[in-house]
Amino acid sequence: MSDIATTTDAELMEGPAFVRGQPLAPLPPPIKEGGAVGWMRKNLFSGVLNIALTIVCAALIVWIVPPLIKFLVIDAVWNGSGRADCLQQPGQPEIGACWAYVFDKISFFTYGFYPIGERWRVDVFFALLTIGVGWMAWLNAPRRDICMIYFFIVLPAASLILLLGWPPIGLPKVATTQWGGVLVTVVVASVGIVFSLPIGIVLALGRRSKMPAVRLFSVMFIEFVRGVPLITVLFMASVMLPLFVPDTWSPDKLLRALVGVSLFAAAYMAEVVRAGLQAIPKGQFEGAMAVGLGYWQTMRFIVLPQALKITIPNIVNTTIGLFKDTTLVFIVGIFDFLMTVEAGRGDPAWATPVTSTTGYAFAAIFYLVFCYGMSRYARFVEARLAAGDRR
Amino acid sequence: MALANSALKPAPLKTGVAVDMIGVHKWYGDFHVLRDINLRVTKSERIVICGPSGSGKSTMIRCINRLEEHQKGSIIVDGTELANDLKKIDEVRRDVGMVFQHFNLFPHLTVLENLTLAPIWVRKQPKKEAEEIAMHYLQRVKIPEQAGKFPGQLSGGQQQRVAIARALCMNPKIMLFDEPTSALDPEMVKEVLDTMVQLAEDGMTMLCVTHEMSFARQVANRIVFMDEGQIVEVNEPKAFFDNPQHERTRLFLSQILH
Repeated sequence: MSDIATTTDAELMEGPAFVRGQPLAPLPPPIKEGGAVGWMRKNLFSGVLNIALTIVCAALIVWIVPPLIKFLVIDAVWNGSGRADCLQQPGQPEIGACWAYVFDKISFFTYGFYPIGERWRVDVFFALLTIGVGWMAWLNAPRRDICMIYFFIVLPAASLILLLGWPPIGLPKVATTQWGGVLVTVVVASVGIVFSLPIGIVLALGRRSKMPAVRLFSVMFIEFVRGVPLITVLFMASVMLPLFVPDTWSPDKLLRALVGVSLFAAAYMAEVVRAGLQAIPKGQFEGAMAVGLGYWQTMRFIVLPQALKITIPNIVNTTIGLFKDTTLVFIVGIFDFLMTVEAGRGDPAWATPVTSTTGYAFAAIFYLVFCYGMSRYARFVEARLAAGDRR
Repeated sequence: MALANSALKPAPLKTGVAVDMIGVHKWYGDFHVLRDINLRVTKSERIVICGPSGSGKSTMIRCINRLEEHQKGSIIVDGTELANDLKKIDEVRRDVGMVFQHFNLFPHLTVLENLTLAPIWVRKQPKKEAEEIAMHYLQRVKIPEQAGKFPGQLSGGQQQRVAIARALCMNPKIMLFDEPTSALDPEMVKEVLDTMVQLAEDGMTMLCVTHEMSFARQVANRIVFMDEGQIVEVNEPKAFFDNPQHERTRLFLSQILH
């Protein structure tokens, strides 16, 4: 070892000049306070405020969770064939959720009044949709180009034929008034989501357009739709529209609701996308213009990929909102999932004190599972995109 | 490499005059940012534009590919006059490459995709050919090994060389540089300037806004000095540096040449 290496830097620093003799090897970082106790001290009990918050949260959990589990699981009735099973009996003083009721009603919740003999068509539709969504969501999936064609062309066409029926190939017609339950919720939500994003993008681009007419139209549309409640839009679509157009023109009630929901969601989507567009630096537009890309090419290849990426959390937020807003279609007499739960409540065969609560709990779990799933998926995509081009 | 040779040299100009600016004026609101600019750039000429900040240098070269619109006078780029005709603007932009102070690379695309995007979609080149040409230019700017990376993973100097290669992939007749080294760390400036010198040696017509006076001395045919939106002095490098005529030029040079 050389002399310099045995001398510490501190000693060397005393003189006016310093020349490093040997590079310093990197050292491991100091060991952190490990273990569960260390973690708790750092994260749960680091200060007075933190300790207070920890205690409040723990108290809330203790207050809420055990009764919930008691009602939903421990005291719940899983098997039964009628109201008698879900009533208080000598052997069962406390009655929890009456899941037997949900099991009994599950096909009504799923299909509404869809003819029983034709319900396999709905099942096939669910299967096709699951394949489509799964394929789209699987980012490394093979042949994503075919997937796009499947999702945006084959799936809608097949669904339409399956659900509405097409007598020439032996599928009897089923009026949309017979649709109901999860089927309607899924149809309204998917149509709303699939249409609102592209329309929203076009509106967002329109709002930033240099052409005054396009900009004016976009601004008016967005501000008008955002300025009225969804219920109003649905009412307009289902009550007012038939007053203006002849009966024969008057489109299907469900279709009107679909259009209303899509346009409504599109206005919100437009504002979300616009926020993303505004975050793209001017240099990106100039870079694209300077290499000769036209407006649409710039948008397609440069601006939208970056803008949509940063707005994924907000797009998913809007999507989740839309999914839950679909429950509002009940107001124009469409039997969505929540409406079937609501209707099931009144069934005298299951009239017990816990029937309503059970139905609503089931609905809550249904919406929670779907919305949380969307939320988790969005987080996953964000993380992946962030890893894809880490800066 | 089986490449058509013509794709790798500066594309020939249709006319002898690359850029002709005649009586160009521009206003930002009430602010008269370009005042009666007259400048004729001939084939293979290298023009360096310098001047204090806010003197309109960047605005002037940005008018040449219509990133900025001029309001009076005319700008003719290789025989095509820039007017409101979008088709002609696109035509000019295809033939004029530009390198920016802040690179303006596309962060979500790899280096190779940055280079091939415009050739594929604007020039309609087959993907394979575009990639071959892109690799050729990456070799020329000496970073072929970075083709698969994203711009954010490169150093500033490397990013700027990618930006130069991106412009070259469109096979431009004229190259505009807007302070290409101003945003770089001092250690990175040379590698970018070396690339630009090489380009000049190949006979590219260049207009370059820069404060790199050694580069100007070495490469420029003429130096344009601007102040307050006007061209104050134009001269060959030797005369410009050794014997500046205008009072403002002398003051400027005394400030930047220590």
